[in-house]
Amino acid sequence: MIISRQKPREELLQALAGLHRVFIVGCGACATACKVFGEDEVFRLQESLAKDGIDTTGSVVIDEACHIMRAGRDLRHHHQAVGEADAVLVLACGSGIQSISDNTEKRVVGGLDSLFLGNVRRFGQYEEKCSLCGECILNETAGICPVTTCAKGLLNGPCGGMEKGCCETDPDVACAWHLIYERLKRQGRPGVFGRTVAPKNWGKRQRPGRYNVER
Amino acid sequence: MSQLRQQLTEGRFVITAEIAPPKGMDVAAEVETARQLAGMTAVNVTDNQGANMRMSPLALAVLLRQAGIEPILQFTCRDRNRLALQSDLLGAAALGIENLLLLSGDHARFGDHPQARSVFDLDSVQLLQAVNGLMAGHDMSGKSLHGAPTFFAGAAVSPEMEPFELMFQKYSKKVDSGAAFFQTQAVFDPERLSCFMLAAAPLGRPVLAGVLLLRSAGMARFLNANIPGVHVPNTLVERLEKATRPLEEGVAIAREMVAVARDCCQGVHLMTLGHEARIPEILGG
Repeated sequence: MIISRQKPREELLQALAGLHRVFIVGCGACATACKVFGEDEVFRLQESLAKDGIDTTGSVVIDEACHIMRAGRDLRHHHQAVGEADAVLVLACGSGIQSISDNTEKRVVGGLDSLFLGNVRRFGQYEEKCSLCGECILNETAGICPVTTCAKGLLNGPCGGMEKGCCETDPDVACAWHLIYERLKRQGRPGVFGRTVAPKNWGKRQRPGRYNVER
Repeated sequence: MSQLRQQLTEGRFVITAEIAPPKGMDVAAEVETARQLAGMTAVNVTDNQGANMRMSPLALAVLLRQAGIEPILQFTCRDRNRLALQSDLLGAAALGIENLLLLSGDHARFGDHPQARSVFDLDSVQLLQAVNGLMAGHDMSGKSLHGAPTFFAGAAVSPEMEPFELMFQKYSKKVDSGAAFFQTQAVFDPERLSCFMLAAAPLGRPVLAGVLLLRSAGMARFLNANIPGVHVPNTLVERLEKATRPLEEGVAIAREMVAVARDCCQGVHLMTLGHEARIPEILGG
């Protein structure tokens, strides 16, 4: 899921400066699952904004804020409350925020910082394991991604900074290449160590990404 | 042909040292230090070492060359993508630089610009391959070059890194990718160095052992705690601790490592960190 974090209160209030009425949009998908913004949080924020003199004209938690058409439909259902607001405050990842800004001419204020595509270790503990690079090498690296989990994204083995199986950038983090090496050894296959990996084709990660499934 | 290539080809024991470009544009002190290193085969010029922003190593390498000192231009993958790496290397060749040391580079997190975006478009192995391509007359996209450069391109290795097999796999990849020589991370354990050299010898690349001058027991402990891949054995830390003049003991330790390197390596790479005047003693023996 997309891991996001609430913006610091001061920063949010700065973004809302001069605004008196907001319509709040939450997201029922990732932001809710990682307890950043579902219904409870939307309600709490509403209360706290009121103390700062910002009224809420209404709110909605969209099932998946990243769905552009559905987000538009949900906004239209609340067109009156949206119309009364000075801005739409969106508590979703950057993708969700843009579904909203795609559907309204109102000023849109994002309340979260989006961090990464994350795996859940346990509640409240998230880890980035995939960076959506468009050219997956996991089949050769024993299911451990060096593009994401090596701090330098190296493709041909560890750098000179590996120390006792840990990364030079953080002694509490395992060196991805050490993990790959150990697991391949246990599986008794050379995997990625059997070849020199060519430079990555970043052309497969063109921005902005676009993919239309052919039917 | 560079002196470095010539002497290694002739099987002579080579000695290199290193110098960091200034933070600023005044190179007087660096050129002066380099003059003290005139007896070396060549002098490495570091590339934003430790991810601390300094003058371009290409500029200082050219200035050293003009002063009659042969440089080894260090180039990392941290700050340049494949276009910048290739174009800077062609520029270096046009300015008469032949020796290269190609590295991945320390992560930007360590340096004085921790908010910088690290590039790492290539890794050190891929950079070696790219350099081979340039020498063969084509860039990474396969396009022909108008004038192909001649480089003597080396790479780094950490002989004391564990597990040995994982470290050695990368070493082999660098050899396969055309590394012509190696300079090692600072080594302090003669046994581990000779073990590595035993395994490395069949691959036939000259190795220059990294010899770092220890100034004190405190410095040794700092290296052990903070510099990945550097291990100063306790016996050496104790020697420095007991010495009444630790720097003299450090010179003695460095001299012993040079003697080990004379036995099993093709040269030494000296890191004397401001004590360049002690180099003759370190090499003496």
